[in-house]
Amino acid sequence: MMISARGLRKSYGGIEAVKGIDVEVSAGEAFGFLGPNGAGKSSTMRMIAAVSPVDAGSLEILGMDPATHGSEIRARLGVCPQEDSLDNELSVMENLVVYGRYFGLSRAEASSRAKEQLAFVQLTERAKSRVEDLSGGMKRRLSVARSLINQPDVLLLDEPTTGLDPQARHQLWDRLFRLKQQGVTLVLTTHYMDEAEQLCDRLVIMDNGVIVAAGSPLELIAAHSTREVTELRFGVGDNESMAEKVADLADRVEVLPDRLLLYTDDGEQASQAVHDRELHPVSSLVRRATLEDVFLRLTGRTLVD
Amino acid sequence: MTRPVTSTGHDPDPVPGGARTLGLRVFPLFAAGHWRVVERNFLLYRRAWKVFLTGMLEPVLYLLSIGVGVGGLVGDFTLADGGAVSYVEFVAPAMLAASAMNGALFDATYGIFFRMKYEKLYDAMLATPLRPRDIARGEITWALLRGACYSAAFIVVMVAMGLVRSWWMVLALPATMLIGFAFAGAGMALTTWMRSWQDFEFVSLAIMPMFLFSATFYPISTYPDPVEAVVRWTPLYQGVVLCREMSLGALGWDALVAVVYLAVMGSVGMYVASRRIGRLLLK
Amino acid sequence: MISGVKSMRRTTQGVPGVRRPSLADLVPRMMPRLVDYWVTVYRRTWRGSVTTFLMPFLYLTAMGVGLGSFVDDNAGPRALDGLTYLAFIAPGLLATTAMQTAIGESTYPVMGAFKWHRVYFSMAATPLRVADIVGAQLAFVAFRILLTCTVFLGVLAAYGAVGSVGGGIAALLVVVLLGVAHAAPMIAITARMKSEAGFALVFRLGLIPMFLFSGAFFPITQLPDVIAWLARLTPIWHGVELSRMFTVGSVDGWAALGHLTYLVVVLVAGWYFAVTGFTRRLAQ
Repeated sequence: MMISARGLRKSYGGIEAVKGIDVEVSAGEAFGFLGPNGAGKSSTMRMIAAVSPVDAGSLEILGMDPATHGSEIRARLGVCPQEDSLDNELSVMENLVVYGRYFGLSRAEASSRAKEQLAFVQLTERAKSRVEDLSGGMKRRLSVARSLINQPDVLLLDEPTTGLDPQARHQLWDRLFRLKQQGVTLVLTTHYMDEAEQLCDRLVIMDNGVIVAAGSPLELIAAHSTREVTELRFGVGDNESMAEKVADLADRVEVLPDRLLLYTDDGEQASQAVHDRELHPVSSLVRRATLEDVFLRLTGRTLVD
Repeated sequence: MTRPVTSTGHDPDPVPGGARTLGLRVFPLFAAGHWRVVERNFLLYRRAWKVFLTGMLEPVLYLLSIGVGVGGLVGDFTLADGGAVSYVEFVAPAMLAASAMNGALFDATYGIFFRMKYEKLYDAMLATPLRPRDIARGEITWALLRGACYSAAFIVVMVAMGLVRSWWMVLALPATMLIGFAFAGAGMALTTWMRSWQDFEFVSLAIMPMFLFSATFYPISTYPDPVEAVVRWTPLYQGVVLCREMSLGALGWDALVAVVYLAVMGSVGMYVASRRIGRLLLK
Repeated sequence: MISGVKSMRRTTQGVPGVRRPSLADLVPRMMPRLVDYWVTVYRRTWRGSVTTFLMPFLYLTAMGVGLGSFVDDNAGPRALDGLTYLAFIAPGLLATTAMQTAIGESTYPVMGAFKWHRVYFSMAATPLRVADIVGAQLAFVAFRILLTCTVFLGVLAAYGAVGSVGGGIAALLVVVLLGVAHAAPMIAITARMKSEAGFALVFRLGLIPMFLFSGAFFPITQLPDVIAWLARLTPIWHGVELSRMFTVGSVDGWAALGHLTYLVVVLVAGWYFAVTGFTRRLAQ
């Protein structure tokens, strides 16, 4: 077991961010924390990174207690924080070497690993650039490279692709997938459902400091959604009244301001049935249910922040 | 509320045998972790050597302006033992002490605040096996090494201008490092309480009067007795006494008092700073 | 705003589309629209000026009064045209304070407005022109100097170092001019600097030598000839001379005119380069 938490709690100035969660992550697994902003993901990640003391409950990382063996634990973790904490005053290459030195690597070892990592994240040509001059995607990749400099057993990624363009996201996913194949345990937080589906073997959905659901992406969809979703648009104002007319065609109907969602195992059939009743939506679309449906169902549609 | 870092046993000492005595906490010169921090700063400065070199110029310019320029108007001072000393000879060691103070304070206040709050450098460092203590020690060690280069250069200028009367001056270099240690420690500890750049105003408010009134530009005996009593216990006055007694070769008990004073000030500062950095960043 | 073909032909130094400013481009017209912005800035930062008020006062006490007692007992009045050291140094400190405030306001804050909070860019996205932005920035610096120096002049008067009310007011106007004459070229340089790292060099090789060798602390005739002539080339020396003439109350008309002309020339040149520098930076 790489990480094992029981009844983990954390508060900041009287506000409880994490309200007693149980988490187990085993070796080689890719594990995700999903949740809206303020769900307690980042607080949990900081405790796992052994930089934030646990308020209550027990936490073991790599078989050690972070309260007494913080430094030893951190020696075997790779951390890629939510906001890049790169050393802006140093070049790309220097960032990696200096960081490697923090782990006690020899200078020669640190620079040979740095070169490897730069190649791995495809930044070799930018080795001499200043960090300031890199694009957002490049900085993110550099952060990942830096977190790998100590060849960690567990890699912690806090919202690794937030703010990246699609190309950069896919590139990063590709790198993370390779790491997983090499047997690195990945622990990540995200609020992108596609990211969780792409990368995670297992995940938990957090809301308000507690875990509201756990399982593999498929298990979660099976447990909390139907297989397919039919989306109907009738035009603003009409959706509400139409909902009653199609209520019997699906397991569940959800009314959104701009459209209706029909949760059903056979979306095409539902769509056909709507047409048969001579209801003419402006548009209709059948799609596979995703984690996003699960997520919104469990955590609600109101904005948090 | 954050809990004190040490009472939870967080931030342990991975050195075998757990040498967690106060002594090692404060005088850590040979523990490994903090040298990594020094190394990082060194790398940075290698590129900014122009800035580094011009830093040496600053106290020399003050010496030439106030010591030589204004000194031409002032004439000689009479020492307590009746001997005469030229104004520039009188001012030079005070400039040495003041520049050691300024350099250390700048690194330990602005420098550290910037790295802590804006660059998030320490967050990155603490994600590695480095501990808050390593960071505090590393930054102070760096400030001292950098300061030592500046002081050495200034001492060479003093010797070249014939402003040094005694071989005791050899000890002025460690003396300036001690001054740097005292101010860097205190400055770093204070910085952990700073909330914004505006708060640094208080640092300037403490430094400026100290620089101008700590018997730097004229003998302490110029002041009325109550003022003299206050000035006597400012840290810069202690540093000025130490440097001046060395350059004029009139070493006395005052120098010993100064050494103890500055060592205690720096040690307390260091101790507080390492604890506070942990408390601020590990929450 | 800039017509394509015509401006491409008249580019200056590399940035395409940036033409040399015409006279009309150099004259601010919409500065009042920026008043609210700068008032807000002032409200947020005025506390930071406590040291700027206090510093010259402390220097005056330490050097003018403390060290002054030794100077006056020694070479003093003979070397200083009959002035006490306090009377000699006071107008010098008034001028150097104006210079320091000006340079301080024209370095990090200006770099920040380009690089960190990018407020100049949001101003430039409105009908405001570069000359308005530059003008308002300099007006703010002038306001800051006026405030700091008025307080300082009050302290000087309390020490009995100001000859007459008229002289004091004249000295105040002169040091505001001096300050803006430093601020204009400085913001022109800042606009052309990529990184704030260079400010250390500006301070150590520019500001500090000017502060120490401008005739504020001792007559520049004491300097070796070459350095004395270098000092005469700096605007701060002209400012110190003017400030001293007016506070002491012995004005030499032709010399004063010469000093004033010099400062105005520096200001106009600085303004021109500030506008071109801002134009180029804002086009990036």
